[in-house]
Amino acid sequence: MTDSPVLQIEDLRTQFLTHGGIAKAVDGVSYHVNRGETLGVVGESGCGKSVTALSVMRLVPDPPGRIVSGRVLLHGQDLLELDEAAMRRVRGNRIGMIFQEPMTSLNPVLTVGRQIEEVVALHQNLPARQAAERAVEMLRLVQIPEPQRRAREYPHQLSGGMRQRVMIAMALSCNPEVLIADEPTTALDVTIQAQILELIREIQQRTGTAIVLITHDLGVIAETADRVVVMYAGKKVEEAPVTALFDAPLHPYTRGLMVSMPRLDSPLGPERGELPEIPGMVPSLSALPEGCRFAPRCPLAVQQCREEPPLIEYAPGHVAACWRAGE
Amino acid sequence: MAEEPLLVVRDLHKHYPVSAGLMGQVKMTLRAVDGISFTLARGETLGLVGESGCGKSTAGKALMRLIEPTSGSVRLNGIEITGLSRRELHAQRRQMQAVFQDPYSSLNPKMTAGALVAEPLINFGLGNSAERRARVEDLFGRVGLRAGDMAKYPHEFSGGQRQRLGIARALAPGPTLVVGDEPVSALDVSVQAQVVNLLVRLQREFGLAYLFIAHDLAVVRHISDRVAVMYLGRIVELAPTATLFARPAHPYTQALLEAIPIPDPRRRRSRAVLRGEVPSPINPPSGCHFHPRCPIATERCRVEVPELRDLGAGQSAACHHAPAPPAATRETISA
Amino acid sequence: MSIATTRTRIVRPLVVRRRGLLTRHPRITLAALLLGTLAGLAIFAPFITEYDPMTLAVTQRLRPPSAAHWFGTDAYGRDTFSRTIYGGRISMQIGVSVAAMSVLIGVVVGMLGGAIRWLDPIVMRISDGLMSIPAILLAIALMSLTKASVATVIIAITIPEVPRVIRLVRSLVLTIREQTYMQAAIASGTRLPRLMLRHILPNVLTPLIVQATYICASAVLLEAYLGFLGAGTPTEVPSWGNIIAENRTFVQLATWNVMFPGVFLALMVLGVNMLGDGVRDLLDPRLAGRIGK
Repeated sequence: MTDSPVLQIEDLRTQFLTHGGIAKAVDGVSYHVNRGETLGVVGESGCGKSVTALSVMRLVPDPPGRIVSGRVLLHGQDLLELDEAAMRRVRGNRIGMIFQEPMTSLNPVLTVGRQIEEVVALHQNLPARQAAERAVEMLRLVQIPEPQRRAREYPHQLSGGMRQRVMIAMALSCNPEVLIADEPTTALDVTIQAQILELIREIQQRTGTAIVLITHDLGVIAETADRVVVMYAGKKVEEAPVTALFDAPLHPYTRGLMVSMPRLDSPLGPERGELPEIPGMVPSLSALPEGCRFAPRCPLAVQQCREEPPLIEYAPGHVAACWRAGE
Repeated sequence: MAEEPLLVVRDLHKHYPVSAGLMGQVKMTLRAVDGISFTLARGETLGLVGESGCGKSTAGKALMRLIEPTSGSVRLNGIEITGLSRRELHAQRRQMQAVFQDPYSSLNPKMTAGALVAEPLINFGLGNSAERRARVEDLFGRVGLRAGDMAKYPHEFSGGQRQRLGIARALAPGPTLVVGDEPVSALDVSVQAQVVNLLVRLQREFGLAYLFIAHDLAVVRHISDRVAVMYLGRIVELAPTATLFARPAHPYTQALLEAIPIPDPRRRRSRAVLRGEVPSPINPPSGCHFHPRCPIATERCRVEVPELRDLGAGQSAACHHAPAPPAATRETISA
Repeated sequence: MSIATTRTRIVRPLVVRRRGLLTRHPRITLAALLLGTLAGLAIFAPFITEYDPMTLAVTQRLRPPSAAHWFGTDAYGRDTFSRTIYGGRISMQIGVSVAAMSVLIGVVVGMLGGAIRWLDPIVMRISDGLMSIPAILLAIALMSLTKASVATVIIAITIPEVPRVIRLVRSLVLTIREQTYMQAAIASGTRLPRLMLRHILPNVLTPLIVQATYICASAVLLEAYLGFLGAGTPTEVPSWGNIIAENRTFVQLATWNVMFPGVFLALMVLGVNMLGDGVRDLLDPRLAGRIGK
């Protein structure tokens, strides 16, 4: 495991034109992921975690969306400067991506084996026979039973968990340097989620792929991530190694998220009390509050929070965008 | 048994005919709900959990007769619901209301918030228009919405607010039973806690009984007094919440609990992940439906369907290998 | 900022332009202008032209367009401009009546069929039967039974249109019936009549408005065909189809008599279709995100 960043995002801004004006979906986000590392990106819907990933892949629909500034460096090369043909050679080859809904991400009229073959043939220039062998090999890698037979089946013949395995096989078929997994287990049942997370972990140990795991589930983060980025309303509000984040969350939003989730070890019965709430709701991205975006919902908010807080390093590798996080 | 519980479900079935083959010549039966029984007391919350396709939502809809059950008995307040005529059923609907999962599709987009909450009152002929208005305003306040928002349309509300609207609508006719079909699953984490707290508060205020259908075990654990676990159309375990989470008796319950990610990186474990997937309910495995995935399955599990057996202290499980009821009295967990 | 703008075309700022009505909904605005003008001409025809569309003036036969007769005159010396704008009255009357009647009947029957299970196959088979009758054949049959009149034409065009609406309404009802809000409404004790009026009907209407404009456009065209074939409105009535039919023998001698009503007909159909497309895009939430184009 080396510590050179494979993928580095710098000050990325992606905006959407909506009826209500400009929505700042991603507003100056920076993060990086190293080889062999899993970076967890956590946040609620609309926090910009998925748009950041789409921006990295340059898959933001334009219109209405556009990357307005920033850099996305893959081994130091800015992907935002590539022409479309060069970018196509990056997508699916050097960066693989898996999505939440595996059914809509697969082509319903092609067998799953064929779909993997096409990816391999496109990027690696393999002859048809070898591509077919590679497809079966990939299906075996993601632990699909009877890979020879499954390769000849269509997506609708597979269960949700199997389809997600196929997506992972496809994303990994060209040995990408980075795998971006956007809510890969959200549509799956818990027992299947456990299988898929285990699979991702195993594959990473074997291949050393850098993984960006995007999720809303702090449990999934705790089980899989090495480092965590917490996002809120288009901004990175906290970043820390996973144990540091769960031991001592700094940002009031992170703290709020952690306590508002019911836990399996919290007290039961009459003494359970109410769940601590984060009051209010996520602000609209086209009408963001001045200064700290969390301030209107924050129990610690003071006058100073009208000014935008910078990211301050409170401990090695542990940064938070909050004026009062250190108190 | 001095008094009958509020809700008594006995051997409820919901089967769907399925045709397969090119011409639909192969007739099969999908047993979505395959004989479930449970009771629910006044003011109690029963959590109904299981993975997708286990039949928990179908069970909720069948017992409310939003879909017609194939067979079985549902008694609410001592009245048999399954045999009622359309007119008689309408009268009983006042007693049982529903909150749905998706706050985006469960509210008619063409009706204002006020009209949505007033509708059940109109349906049951409750109050004149002034009284209805006052009642709607009161309900808005109780679920944490502003009365000024009554003229707004659903799309003008956030997800959490819409679910509050759905709850106000369910409470409007004054039910004794509320069936929540994944009522907080579609909400963001920070909003979910708000709605869970609201549901608990309203339960205390109105003495409601909840049938809380969900897949998120942590939420179910927080809100329920007792929990029933379903697998392929059958209840495999039913127990007081504390017992179920501390001493799950059925191997499936154990696997389900084991699979939940714990939000604590220090307790990251390499665990025994349940292998395989839920089989099709059209052609479920013989005997115990769970036996092909079960780590402790024996020959008996392949042939003999296990009955839901009482294990003492309110816990019962449908497993041949579940521990026998202890001879000595175990500490009783209040339900 | 400067780094981003100088480098590539993918990274560039997003600009919001303030847009006027015309640029925001160009199709609807244009369609409204076009249809408004045509309707204005038809409605205020007596004030716009001094010529009566029916008065013969044998001395003025087949005059080309001039300051006195903007669109020239026909073989009987009647003013073609006057006849064309009066003709708009007939076309609009027929277009609007056919659209209104077929939507009305279609909604009632389609909703009943969609909501009441046993009625559905009966409604659908009758619709299939009606749809197989060509409007032109039906018009000719009706004309042979009764006298030619505007009402006959409206009925003849409406009958084959109705099943199309029924099919649309039925498919919409079947979709809406599966929505969770329908189940929620049933769970809160809503009975069938109210379900249909408050929950199904309002959600059916929006797509029907679009369908109505297409029906209107096709009715206007169909009326012209019927008139041209002599199976339409009575020949003395100046409808666009009749004017074109009457003047077809002189088409090489006096192009204007066919061309101007033809252009009006085309403009009207264009206007109605543009309105329909515009309204469809306006109401379709999936296209809402595209305003930033």
